[in-house]
Amino acid sequence: MEKKDVPQDHGIYGQWHGICYVTDENGEYVRSKSSGWEPLNIANGIAWEFINEDLAGILKKVKKGELSPLAYHMNKNMMDAKVLSQYSGFARWRVNRHLKPRAFNKLDDEVLKRYASVFNITIEQLKETP
Amino acid sequence: MILKSIDKEFIHRQSAHCESGSTSNLLLNYGIEASEPLVFGIGSGIFFGYFPFIKVQGMPTITFRNMPGRILKNTAKRLGVRFETFKFHDPEKAMDALDRVIDNGVPAGVRTGVFWLPYMPDAMRFHFNAHTIVVYGRNGNDYLVSDPVFDYPVVCPRKDLMKARFAEGLLAPRGKMYCLSEVPEKVDFSQAIRKGIREVCYVMIHFPFPLIGVGGIRMFAKALRRWPERHEKRRLPLYLGHAIRMQEEIGTGGGGFRLIYAAFLHEAAHITGDDRFLEMSKRMTAIGDRWREFALYGARICKNRSSDGDNFDRLSDIILDCAGKEYQLYKDLWEIVK
Repeated sequence: MEKKDVPQDHGIYGQWHGICYVTDENGEYVRSKSSGWEPLNIANGIAWEFINEDLAGILKKVKKGELSPLAYHMNKNMMDAKVLSQYSGFARWRVNRHLKPRAFNKLDDEVLKRYASVFNITIEQLKETP
Repeated sequence: MILKSIDKEFIHRQSAHCESGSTSNLLLNYGIEASEPLVFGIGSGIFFGYFPFIKVQGMPTITFRNMPGRILKNTAKRLGVRFETFKFHDPEKAMDALDRVIDNGVPAGVRTGVFWLPYMPDAMRFHFNAHTIVVYGRNGNDYLVSDPVFDYPVVCPRKDLMKARFAEGLLAPRGKMYCLSEVPEKVDFSQAIRKGIREVCYVMIHFPFPLIGVGGIRMFAKALRRWPERHEKRRLPLYLGHAIRMQEEIGTGGGGFRLIYAAFLHEAAHITGDDRFLEMSKRMTAIGDRWREFALYGARICKNRSSDGDNFDRLSDIILDCAGKEYQLYKDLWEIVK
């Protein structure tokens, strides 16, 4: 890539820049700042589209009473039961059980606090969904 | 344990990739002027691996760089620099250890999970656990962080940094921290460059595992051809987008690290005085640009939501072309450094 071709498609980097190593007119390598590249913005956008779509599906299930609010927060933080079990310290089968409303509603504050601290929220926020 | 203080404000130099960047920045602050591409090359950073059985957010792992931590280790070994590495179980103890080090004026490299770093742009907050940053000081509970992929140093609160250092999941950092403990007076770059290139040639051509190196690129191309049949049509753009992101997202310097490596070969020519590296550098640039073509064309397919088999054949052909060119390049490089 040559210096004049460095893409400047503003997007996912926000206010920041990425570094590209490109050749200048003399064939020397120089560092050059890029504020983004459109193909990458598209690929990143698609990833978020799917994440949000899945999250909307989960939210619907929570509203219907098929899943607990924990499932919503877990997916919002892009975790699965395995990772959440590593973060919270609860066994995987317990996390899986807590994803069901019946088990979740019976949890005491100690357990809820541990989950809430994983997501950096309060217990009240953990019980709620938008 | 000998740790030296740097006795001055930490110099932050923005770089394309986090690990080679933080290593290069640490060395720079201790008086060894090694640019990022140079560290990347000496650390044998360039790589290819296609691991469909290791899932990242449910998708196959495609990596263009070697294992996190290898660049640091290789560079240290080949330049005669020594690192002191620390690992922790208890987050509080890990932070206290970091405090002790930076309060003495010693910058420390720290492994973190990107998801918990508050200064990350929202669009890039994914669970990626091998992000290396340098912490060089603090004001009470606000840590001064030199994150090599950002324009200038940033500030990170204690509780976020603690969480980032103990991120869980694939490649969990477990509070890993390292400081320089011994720096030689003089370093021999040209020997280190040769050793770095030799390892790359071995791994990319001869590594006895089919999913690694040029063979891995070919396997990936083959798998890509079958994607339209094997995956749900709706989710195809997601998979293709994932491949593009692994190749281009911040930290690769474009073209899946190929352009950084081209810069390294260019610098190698100047340091060793061997003009054959210049020629190699030009070829590597062309390969990097070809990889970028894959991203460009792939993104177009994603955008149009087309799952036409022909399109994927064409993508696969681009990658096969890259594989062929890379194979020849590493063979020729081997002739130079053997």
